[in-house]
This record gives sequence, C-alpha cells and structure tokens, in this order.
Amino acid sequence: MSEWIDVGAVDDVPVLGSRVVQAPGGDIAVFKAADGTLFALRDRCPHKGGPLSQGIVHGHSVTCPLHNWVISLESGEAQGADHGCTHKIPLRIEGSRILLAASALMARAA
Amino acid sequence: MPKKLVVIGNGMAAGRALEELFERAPGAYEVTIFGAEPRVNYNRIMLSPVLSGEKAYEDILIHDDAWYETHGITLHRGKQVVEIDRAARRVTAADGTAADYDQLLVATGSMPFVVPIPGATLPGVVTYRDLDDVNKMLEAAQKGGHAVVIGGGLLGLEAAAGLKAQGMEVTVLHLMPTLMERQLDPSSGYLLQKAFEDRGIAVRCKANTHAILGETHVTGVRLDDGTELPADIVVMAVGIRPNAGLAKEAGLETNRGVLVSDDMRTSDADIFSVGECVEHRGLCYGLVAPLYEMAKVVAAQLAGEEAAAYTGSVTATKLKVTGIDLFSAGDFGEAKDRQDIVLRDAARGVYKRLVLKENRIVGAVLYGETGDGSWFFDLLRKETDVTELRDTLIFGQSYVGGAPLDPTAAVAALPDDAEICGCNGVCKGKIVQTITGKGLSTLAEVRAHTKASASCGTCTGLVEQVMALTLGDKFAKSAVEPMCGCTDLGHDDVRRLIRAAELKSIPAVMQELGWKTSCGCAKCRPALNYYLLCDWPEEYEDDGRSRFINERVHANIQKDGTYSVVPRMWGGLTNPRELRAIADVAEKYNIPTVKVTGGQRIDLLGVRKEDLTAVWADLNDAGMVSGHAYAKGLRTVKTCVGTEWCRFGTQDSTGLGVKIERFMWGSWTPAKVKMGVSGCPRNCAESTCKDVGVICVDSGYEIHFAGAAGLHIKGTQLFCKVPEEDECIEVIAALTQLYREQGHYLERMYKWADRVGVESIRATVVDDLTRRQALYERFVISQRTAQIDPWAERVAGRDAHEFRPMANFTLAEAAE
Repeated sequence: MSEWIDVGAVDDVPVLGSRVVQAPGGDIAVFKAADGTLFALRDRCPHKGGPLSQGIVHGHSVTCPLHNWVISLESGEAQGADHGCTHKIPLRIEGSRILLAASALMARAA
Repeated sequence: MPKKLVVIGNGMAAGRALEELFERAPGAYEVTIFGAEPRVNYNRIMLSPVLSGEKAYEDILIHDDAWYETHGITLHRGKQVVEIDRAARRVTAADGTAADYDQLLVATGSMPFVVPIPGATLPGVVTYRDLDDVNKMLEAAQKGGHAVVIGGGLLGLEAAAGLKAQGMEVTVLHLMPTLMERQLDPSSGYLLQKAFEDRGIAVRCKANTHAILGETHVTGVRLDDGTELPADIVVMAVGIRPNAGLAKEAGLETNRGVLVSDDMRTSDADIFSVGECVEHRGLCYGLVAPLYEMAKVVAAQLAGEEAAAYTGSVTATKLKVTGIDLFSAGDFGEAKDRQDIVLRDAARGVYKRLVLKENRIVGAVLYGETGDGSWFFDLLRKETDVTELRDTLIFGQSYVGGAPLDPTAAVAALPDDAEICGCNGVCKGKIVQTITGKGLSTLAEVRAHTKASASCGTCTGLVEQVMALTLGDKFAKSAVEPMCGCTDLGHDDVRRLIRAAELKSIPAVMQELGWKTSCGCAKCRPALNYYLLCDWPEEYEDDGRSRFINERVHANIQKDGTYSVVPRMWGGLTNPRELRAIADVAEKYNIPTVKVTGGQRIDLLGVRKEDLTAVWADLNDAGMVSGHAYAKGLRTVKTCVGTEWCRFGTQDSTGLGVKIERFMWGSWTPAKVKMGVSGCPRNCAESTCKDVGVICVDSGYEIHFAGAAGLHIKGTQLFCKVPEEDECIEVIAALTQLYREQGHYLERMYKWADRVGVESIRATVVDDLTRRQALYERFVISQRTAQIDPWAERVAGRDAHEFRPMANFTLAEAAE
C-alpha cells in the first residue's frame, strides 16, 4: 500500500462545507474553508462524538452540530473555554486530487 | 497509581471541591461520585429564577456530562448510599452498587425540615430543595389556584415570588412577627413585607399552622386561630437540617451535623466532609459562599497541603427576587456596646442600617439600594476601623473623602482583594488580572474564566464596572449586546442596516457593516441568512452553508448521528393510505423507532443519513411532504375535532387548522412557531400554550399568542377576537409577518412580545388596518417562494453531496 491514498477530487468538497470519507477506524471529515484550504479530521467531536462533518464551517474552524463546540480545523483542538482534541489526518493535494495519509486512513482504532 | 476518592453527594459543595482538586492535583485521584438525584451537578441557589420562569434548568447546570467524562469520574446518578463500611473502606448504595475508597468525602447536604402537623404528608405538600420540587410547583402553578407557603425566610419568600410569577394566588405564613427575622431587623422586615404585599402576595406573620386539610390531596390550611385558607399546593420552607444520618450510622462523630475540625476531616482521618451536612466550630451553614470556602480546604488537604485550614465564615445574604433589593450581613442584634447608623428614605423605600461595635462594622442591612453591600461587607470581614469614615459611612463608598459620584468611582476605589462575587469568592484583583492577562473583553468570557457573576448573577453590574475600568472605552462601546464576536452591532442594528443599505447577501453585510472575521461564525451566519431571506424574499438565495445541519438536510440530527423524519399531517389529520406508507417505510429502511409527537405528527427516528432521500421519495409518493419538524419556521397546527364530531364544538376548528397550515407552511421565522386551534374553550388542542393559538367560541374566534411550553412554560395572552374565519387567518398571518420582521434570530415569539411590548404589536396588527393589510401582503409574497417541498427537491437531486460519502474504504478493508 502506498503512503498516500486518493480519496476524491478537490472540487468534490464544497467551499465552507465538508465531505465524509468512510474508513475502517471510523469516518473522516474533509473540510474546505472559504479560502479554499482543505483539512481532514476524524469525524468525531472530542465532546460527545458529534459528526463534525455536519457542522458549520467558519474561518479555519467548524462548529459541532450537537452542542456547538468550536473545533480548530488546523489542530483539531477545541476552542474557547472548552478542552479536547480530535485527531487530525495528514492531507496532501496533488493536482486536482485529495490524498490522505494511508497510515491514518486505514488505522483501525480511531 | 492514583488513589481512590469516593464522594457521597453530587451537589455544589462536592462539585466545587472536585474542581479545586483537579486544578491543584490533576490525576492524583480516581473519583467515584454517588448522587441521590438522577442528574448532574446544578446550581441549586438558582432554583428560584427557574421557578419564576426567568431561567431554565439548562441555564443553571454547573457540570455537564462532558465534565465528568473529561475528569474520568464514575458518576452513579440516582443512587443513594446506604452504608459506609469503614473497616473494609467501602460504600454501598441502596441498589447494591459498591465502591472502595482510600479517601472518602461525605457531602450529603441537608434535608428540608417538615413540620410534623396533621396532613403534612398529603399529596400537594412539597418542600423546596431540588429541581423535582420546582417541577412539582410548576406543575401545580399551571392549573392556577391557591398556594400557601409556610415559612417567611429566604427560601419561602423566593418560592412565594416564583409561584406568584407563575400566576398563583399566594399566601405566606410566618411564625415570627417579621419576615426573615434572622437576617433582617424589624424595619427592613416591614419594608420587605410591604413589597410582597404590593405584588399581590398575602403575608401573615405570627401565624402558626395547626393542620393541613384534605382527604386525598391538599385542599387548605387551618391556623391556630381557626382561620382556614384554601390551598391547591402547600410549600414547606421552614428550614433545613444537616443530613448527617449516614455518617452517624457509620460511627462518625456527629452533633447537629457531621463534626469536622479545621482541616475538614471527620473523626476518621480518611473521611472528609463538606457542605451543608457539616458542623464546624458549632455552626452549620446553608449559604453557598461558606460551602465553597470549605471546598477549597478539602481540595487542598486531599492534594497534600496539610496546612490548609477552614476557620469559619462570615456570611452575607441576598434575596433573589427580581425587583427587590435586599442585602444583609453579620449580626445586628441590639446590645449595650453597639451603636446604630441608620438612613431612611421613605419616598424611595430605602432603608440602611449599620451596626458598629468598637468602631468596627459588625452588621449591615440594606434595603432598596444595595450597591454598597460589598463595600460594607469588606469592611466588616476585615474588621476595619471606621472612625475616620464614620460621618459619611452610611452614604456609601462614593462619599468617602469627597470622592466624585462617578458610578465606577466606587469600584475603582475598591482594593484588589475586595470580594466582587460572593458565591464564587472572586475578588476584584483576580478579575482585573484575568481580563488583562487573557485579553478578555466580554462578560461571557469573564464568567468563563473567573466564574465571577456565573452563579446567582446579582454581582453582574459590579463585574461590568470592573470591566469598564479595566478596558476603558473598549468596553463602554458595547452597551448593546452584539450579535456575536464577529461584530459590535446588535441584532436590531443589523436588521435595520440590511434594509436601509439594501444589503442582499451575507458577504455584502459583512463587508458593509465591518465584520471583524472573514466569514462570520456559527452564530451570526444563520442569523444573517434568515434576515436576508425574510427581507428580500424573491431575490435572496438561501445559503445552505449558513444553516444548521437540521435545516440543511431537512431532518433532525440525533445523538448518534442518525436523523429523524416527520412528515406533515395537515392539522394533525391523517388517513389509512398515509399510515400504510409510513409503516412500509419504517419496515423497508429498518427504522428502529416510530413515535407520536406532541404536535400530532408521527416521528420516524434513527434513519441513516444515506437513506434520507429514499425515505422521502417513498413518503412523497404517498402524497406527504416535509413536516419541517427541524425548522425555525412553522412547525405544526394542532387541532381538536370541532363541530365536525364534538358535541361541544362551536366552529370547524379542524378545518381552520388545516387552512392555516396549508397557507403558512414553509415560512421561515426567527425561531420555531407552533400553533393550535381549539373548537371551544375546553381547549383540547392546548392552544393557550402555543406561539399562536385560536379558541373558537360561538360568536367567532379568539386569537391568543406568545405562549410556550418548552424550557419555559408560558400561557398565551389574548391578542384579539374576530367574528370571521377569513379575518382570523389574516390577523394570524400579519402577526407572524411582524414577528418575522422584528424578531431576533432564535428569539421565540413570547420573548419578542416581551421585548417590544404586546401593546405595540396590537396597535400595528389589530388597530391599524392599513398596516395589517401591508404585513399580510408581505407574508403572501414571501410564501410564493417558500412553499416548495424541500424533500422533493432533494429527491430530485439538489445538494446530493450532503447525502453521500465522498469515498468508502471500509469495504476495501473487509475484502483484504
């Protein structure tokens, strides 16, 4: 297995939106910020496991749809007075394709 | 290897002790909590605002589930510990759950004292201690009628004010000659009694309750003098006593409470005790500040700081009844070596009294004007010699040394160690340091980081003054609560500017109004999206990325990430064909739960996101559309069967409900809108707790509005009465449109009505026919583009990316 796995096209992810990549260790959310930057995180809020992919994207953050925790897309860390961190998945762009790190994508335990 | 700490009791004292412990010694203990109440730790001193309807349970939570999770705490809720086995170092709950401990913390709190008079155990007699008591009172208050509160102390008076606010006729019975005699002198007790009587609450002092009357439920109260008072509910609030029984059975030394020494250890060195169950140096405490001081010492001792000691507390009391300002601290019994300084202003209802002993303040009572309370309390606790200040002392801090009457001057003059927040023991210096150190600029941030004003909230004004002093002009500017951190403008300003400057897109609003962030946040974007949709109905294109997930995918997200689906049933009517289709869908997609909702609909719960469009397609085929159960919009119109079937019906309430729903479905509003139409005043559709409700009568239609039955229970107010069905629909549409145009995003109709005033709404919609007509027309125009079934749109392919994963690697792995 190569180190990076193609999961889709850059254009598949809407600006200020996200798409889900289903993986053995649980879903991964791929986000696109207003400036076009792409991020990938485990699709689980550190608070109660809410699907971050369903949240509202603003700046380089996403607000969890369950209880409004704000999670940094850059670090996976909860912002403000909340504490917690969700796993960040290494992501690379090659041409018009999105690649995720194979080790993280295929890892069994989230 | 962390030591095992078991905590008996999940109240405020225990919670605070653990917070302090985690800060001092993170990871030192593996903590197990047994709580007799089936919920997490909440702010018990804020039950009164919950009772009066000014706050909701959610507002008074201290620790949510996540807190327990984060700290790895095992919380056994609803489990009462029945045994402490000190030899085996193990506690056991009633259901057999057991836990071993290295250190044990007994925080069993207190129990309300129930006067043992005949009838004291009848249904309808409640105490005032926890959320269950509040819920019982709220339930009784909904039916209206008479409430009798036994006990004119702090708790009894707060209960009385709350029940009155909920619409009951309330009488307070108090054994002593004046109210709150332990905290107030007779003069202020009198002023307090007058204030309660002015609110329509009857107060009887020197009233001894002889018996509570009733066969199967309370019907009244008989006093010693033979007087009988009717009562649908009796609240016993005569006092509390420490809950020391468990400790006593375990052989710990107890008196009135569990005896502790200054290190907060009981007679067993491995067992600590904290809170209202404790007796320390002969005193038991029932106020929050001393409990928090004890909690600090417990935490320090657990963290190995052997020198930490609790030496007792001087307490101050504030009554939490909106509109009554009352502060009392210390001791004000009369004695030879004491002198009084008194100030009265009868016209303004102000009374202030300071009790001095050897030139030091030993007691203070303030009524009607309590701004100097914390200053007096500070002088009292530090035993400051006030000889120099004595001439102007009673006028308060602003007069000291001829200081100017600048409102912030008093706060500016406070020393850094002056206590601003009594509940949490936060002093001025800590607030100032935190503001500057962490760069805070809003009250919410200051609350989050310092806890100041985060408990009972009565010091909010002071905290804001400290902020104004620290931040200068930066703080004064934001007198209006801004929409969110992205702007300094409030909701009203933003709405006004959107119309005035004809701003028609979210980027336009952000650019022209100087948003501080690049693309807003999850608070302002949904609000702006709604405002634009409402103001430019045929021009603005809805921005799905600025909607919460439920409105983006037209279903309700559940805790496990699945969704619930509610098809519309007009006026609550359905038929065999629809029911069959729903049954088929439930089976075909393995939908685990099918439930009937309060709004007369059927809810399909546990639908996987990938199945949503297919489920909708099947429901669409059977003629059903989205029920908007997820929307800040028209949810349901609930109806009764009216003249069609009911022998009491006065009009066709079902038909009217269906007409209203067919006309108004799909419209977006600031918050959800629920409606009801009842065919007669028996009100089977429960119209009087809806945002808009109709009660049909023989002569026409009563339109009610501004009710709610969720977090807050609120009966509707009668808006107007109209003779004809058509006019009824027109008024409701115009009223809704006014709410759409004036409401702040997420502000329910009743809150909007409270804010702008019912009279102004009535003047616009009822009295001014031209404006009613214009509102109605604007509603009709906005409905032209609103009534498209969002489910059918998505079945046809809109937003397909929302419902499909981009890639799936789970199968690939399975094949390996």
